[in-house]
Amino acid sequence: MSVTVAHSLDDALASLAASPTATVLAGGTDLMVELNMGHRRTDAVICVNRVRELRSWRHDPAAGTLHIGAALTYAELMHEPLAGFAPALAQAARTVGSPQIRNAATIGGNIGTASPAGDGLPVLAALDAVVHLASSGGRRDVPFAEFATGPKRTVMQPGELITGVTIPVLEGFQGYSKVGVRNAMVIATASACLAIDVPGRSVRLALGSVGPVILRAPGAEAIVVAAVDFEAGTIPADAVVEFGAAAGAAARPIDDHRSTAEYRRRAIEVLAKRLLSRAFQVDPGRTASTSGANS
Amino acid sequence: MSTTTPVDVSVASSVDTSVLAGRLGDSAVRPDGVAKVQGSFAFSGDLSADGFLWGATLRSPHPSARIVSIDLSAAWRIDGVEAIVTAADVPGKATYGLISQDQPVFASDFVRYVGEPVAAVAANHPETCRRALEAIVVAYEVLAPLTDPELAVDGSFPPIHPDGNVIRHQRIVRGDTAVIGDVVVEAVYEIGMQDQAFLGLEAALAIPDPGGEGIELFVATQWLHEDRHQIAACLAMADDKVRITLGGVGGAFGAREDISLQVHTCLLALRTGRPVRIAYSREESFLGHVHRHPARIWMRHHATADGKIVKIEARFVMDGGAYASTSSAVLINAVTHTQGPYACDNAVVDGWAVRTNNLPCGAMRGFGVVQACFAHEGQMDRLAAACGLDPVEIRLRNAMQTGDRLITGQVIENVAPVARCIRETAALPLPDEPVGGHDGDPMRLPGGAGLTADRSHIRRGIGWGVAIKNLMYSEGFDDYSTARCILRDGVASLKFATSEVGQGFVTIAAQIARSVLGVDDVVLEPIDTTIGSAGSTSASRQTWMSGGAVDGACRLVREQLFAHVGAQHGIEPLRLAIDGRDVIDTMGELRVSVAQATAGMSFEETFEHHHRPTEDLDENGQGNCHTAFAFVAHRAVVDVDPELGLVKVVQIATAQDVGRALNPLSVIGQIEGGIAQGVGLAVMEEIIQVDGRVRNANFTDYLLPTFLDMPDVVVSLIEEPDPMAPLGAKGVGEPPCISSTPAVVAAIRDAIGKDLTRTPVRPSDIVF
Amino acid sequence: MSDTTRHPDGSPATVPAGPVVSTGPVGPADPVGSNQIYTLHVNGDDHQIRDAWVGESLLYVLRERLGLLGSKGACEQGECGSCSVLVDDELVCGCLVLAAAATGQRIVTIEGIAPLGAPSDVQQAFVDAGAVQCGFCTPGLIMATHALLDRSAEPSEFEIREELSGNVCRCTGYGRIIDAVQRVAVSRRDRNDAEVGS
Repeated sequence: MSVTVAHSLDDALASLAASPTATVLAGGTDLMVELNMGHRRTDAVICVNRVRELRSWRHDPAAGTLHIGAALTYAELMHEPLAGFAPALAQAARTVGSPQIRNAATIGGNIGTASPAGDGLPVLAALDAVVHLASSGGRRDVPFAEFATGPKRTVMQPGELITGVTIPVLEGFQGYSKVGVRNAMVIATASACLAIDVPGRSVRLALGSVGPVILRAPGAEAIVVAAVDFEAGTIPADAVVEFGAAAGAAARPIDDHRSTAEYRRRAIEVLAKRLLSRAFQVDPGRTASTSGANS
Repeated sequence: MSTTTPVDVSVASSVDTSVLAGRLGDSAVRPDGVAKVQGSFAFSGDLSADGFLWGATLRSPHPSARIVSIDLSAAWRIDGVEAIVTAADVPGKATYGLISQDQPVFASDFVRYVGEPVAAVAANHPETCRRALEAIVVAYEVLAPLTDPELAVDGSFPPIHPDGNVIRHQRIVRGDTAVIGDVVVEAVYEIGMQDQAFLGLEAALAIPDPGGEGIELFVATQWLHEDRHQIAACLAMADDKVRITLGGVGGAFGAREDISLQVHTCLLALRTGRPVRIAYSREESFLGHVHRHPARIWMRHHATADGKIVKIEARFVMDGGAYASTSSAVLINAVTHTQGPYACDNAVVDGWAVRTNNLPCGAMRGFGVVQACFAHEGQMDRLAAACGLDPVEIRLRNAMQTGDRLITGQVIENVAPVARCIRETAALPLPDEPVGGHDGDPMRLPGGAGLTADRSHIRRGIGWGVAIKNLMYSEGFDDYSTARCILRDGVASLKFATSEVGQGFVTIAAQIARSVLGVDDVVLEPIDTTIGSAGSTSASRQTWMSGGAVDGACRLVREQLFAHVGAQHGIEPLRLAIDGRDVIDTMGELRVSVAQATAGMSFEETFEHHHRPTEDLDENGQGNCHTAFAFVAHRAVVDVDPELGLVKVVQIATAQDVGRALNPLSVIGQIEGGIAQGVGLAVMEEIIQVDGRVRNANFTDYLLPTFLDMPDVVVSLIEEPDPMAPLGAKGVGEPPCISSTPAVVAAIRDAIGKDLTRTPVRPSDIVF
Repeated sequence: MSDTTRHPDGSPATVPAGPVVSTGPVGPADPVGSNQIYTLHVNGDDHQIRDAWVGESLLYVLRERLGLLGSKGACEQGECGSCSVLVDDELVCGCLVLAAAATGQRIVTIEGIAPLGAPSDVQQAFVDAGAVQCGFCTPGLIMATHALLDRSAEPSEFEIREELSGNVCRCTGYGRIIDAVQRVAVSRRDRNDAEVGS
């Protein structure tokens, strides 16, 4: 097994070209767990978390986009100025693991691992992020929705590296919610990101941990678009309830040792309603489930 | 500060040895504290020796299977492998165990649980060990596992072990079994499998004597001498050929009471003639030690219309897993604590501890009483509701007192301030912060950084739990402790085999010596088997038993000192006393410092402290089987999001019957730590097994409370010194984790207005 | 190996002589690639690591090759914080750092926080406040506390909880640890005020 520490993108791509099946290492929060437990054997490791091109970010005001380098950490995403451009991503970042994990875990790593429970991923899905890939043979961009093909499976080819991700800087509410049994270091049993693009009149809802990949809920989104008054920033309470039900219906959860499909679906319904209520300041008492709440 | 207590636990910012600090009653700092904060304290996993090899263990992947064959040949071909051992290589007794020796060192014919050791290798690197283990080919004939304990109780499943599927059955019958109460409430309670999850992973270093006649073992364990006895039998050595020194212990909580890696490490060392280190991974640790017994407990309480208990009926089924460990004793603890800290004259209880192909269970802090308490406290709330009383009132009406009897007939002779525990807990202030805190910070709501709720989604609830817990061992077991004191040139040296697992015995041992002998300097000798047994660090017993041993040894030394000083000065020794750092004549002018009086002298005594004998239970569960008892009350405040089922424990208030706080800061530490474990069992900790396979043997999915999950704790220490305790002090380790769990679950019930009969409570239990 | 040595502070000596730094046992033979030589900069010193298996975590190398046993392994998954170290001033889990990839970075372990026998104010506060029981989580917590107080001199209780949420303790229930951290924050502020005032 060999280990190469790359400091420039060219170095990284050249190393990858020489060993296309090499494992790319950034923060180590996924790979090292597997190595420590003997669950993964690899011939070569290429360490990219100090590649300068991957550690940069760029806000383009004209295009209204934010490009985030793949090796930026969740700790960095939690703080200004990045947090200001992507508040839901900052919220998601705060739920990632622990301070130690946030200091090491990278957004590129999260994307590349493609776990349906990845904390930042519903945000990227809701924002219709674009994932940037590079190899010694060239570059390509993949819309986030097409990037993951199944749990921990992606469209990446041998020799390819994630260089970063571009998201729109939207004007409007953005919120991320994550359900976990304890308050730190917890894998999401269900998560959701709601992003409103007021000028663009679009509503985006992405769901995590309830499918083989991050899901969007177009049916639910359409309910909001039809019912919301973007000018006034209001929405009728019954549309919120309908939205929640549609979000729940869009989920494709499974039973596992962390939770049940039934619970996850209900959690999505509740998260969706609450996010929307928060977005449009709807009184929660008017949208609570009849079972469960003790009013 | 997150803890308030009437006892002042503040400590000067530096330890000033010019004052008489560090005596009984002081919050003396621990002597190993500086080493621990600097990382220089040696835990068993930090120990090494020249030329050592790494060892690792091959474990069964099946909950039940017959071993058809074991092929080591491919493993031997791996470069760096120095030894491979299996059952055939165990020179002595093939099995071990604390009560019955039913557990194989290595499985030979059958494997009975996932994780059961089948072989071990020694090699030059942990990665080599991993590869060697992968290369060992074991052919198994997989069998259908017994995973439902009821099938062991009803006898319908064939025996999975030559000793049969019932480890123990005990019945308790007392008083008028036919009486029916005006009010009758019943339910079935379920307690999931909790893991001790100490942080200091299992690790040992074994160094064989040249020629292999004996062996030296450094290991983190709870009871050196019991380990030694079992290990020696397996190694076909006399006890004194196995020399054990305690390696620093990173927590225990019962999981180190059974041996795990000890014999394996020794075998590899003897086989190779070289030192061998074994260190478990976290996954292996989960599989490699015993757990808290999952239990299913039916209880039916009969009471008068005004809430006085008239009779209790109960049925306990405790799943002991594949091997017996201490299941027999855990069962007895559970059934004999059926009534809780409440008066009860009539009872019919049946209890079973059974064998299944689930993970073996044994000691965990609370030892059967956690399970019983969850049930009896659920019942008390049920009674309260049925009688139209509040949870405090029902408990006060039934509160036990000194002189009352257990349903075993045993009279509670100890101080038993149950009503006081309840009242003082009730008097502790409720959190003054509303849901979400004064600033409505969503981070303070259930869900935390997950931002799942607003304040309006949350309901707050309050719940109660009260417990009785036995101290020391029971049913005739003489769990004595030994200590030696040497006083020389003004310095006291203490020697004991008491396992320090973090609870702070090393701290109070020195406090005892300082108080009895008037010295400041106390040296603690290595903890090993060159002195007699101290018994196990468990059952909340070491302050009482090892404290008693140290106290006894020091007092005998003091008598020698007084005899010497008396002879020197022509004074009757009975007139002498310790005052500060001096020996004084209480009826005269003499004052001589202890240092001066012991200059050039050495006074030595070894003392064994025994508690009074206990009895077996008869076939009706009658007998004075326990040694002593302590009491505690907990009140929990929780915030619940009923739509998502998320819980935040906001505050736990407690008043605990501690007898005497020999070191208040240590006592607070035990209380807060025990409450954390109680909170864990209430809302997040459970080993999940499906068909005998563990789904969450890691810290990703076996969740321990973090800083963000731990509530504020407010404490009242009830100090009514117990005349039966050598220092007036009762053990404090277990009560905090016993009634805290039912208090939290009761608070959740209160918040959501729904019945919950299971712990840990899962979000889906709340939502649906 | 088993003489009755004892520590000057009276703590029981449960240890034979200190560990042996393995310049010895070579790592497992790999089917592909060579065992590399690399240099780590730890607590101000350079250490050349040779004859190692490159899959070793930083935690393993610190403990088993450099004899720096203060960082502890309790989960090897980044879920407990016992192995917390500073890498380029960031608090990370040493078990999740590939040692051979940590070249050219400034690594600080518990041994580098303060000289042996002269504990830092954080370390002393943990001792005095009863924040240490078994001590296994303690080095990681000391590192995390130093990192916290360097970033935020007077953290609120909530901030303390959040910044230390990556460090699990099974013994203390956290109360005395929070107290220790608050004591340090107060005493540093008092010291600063005194200095400013004088």
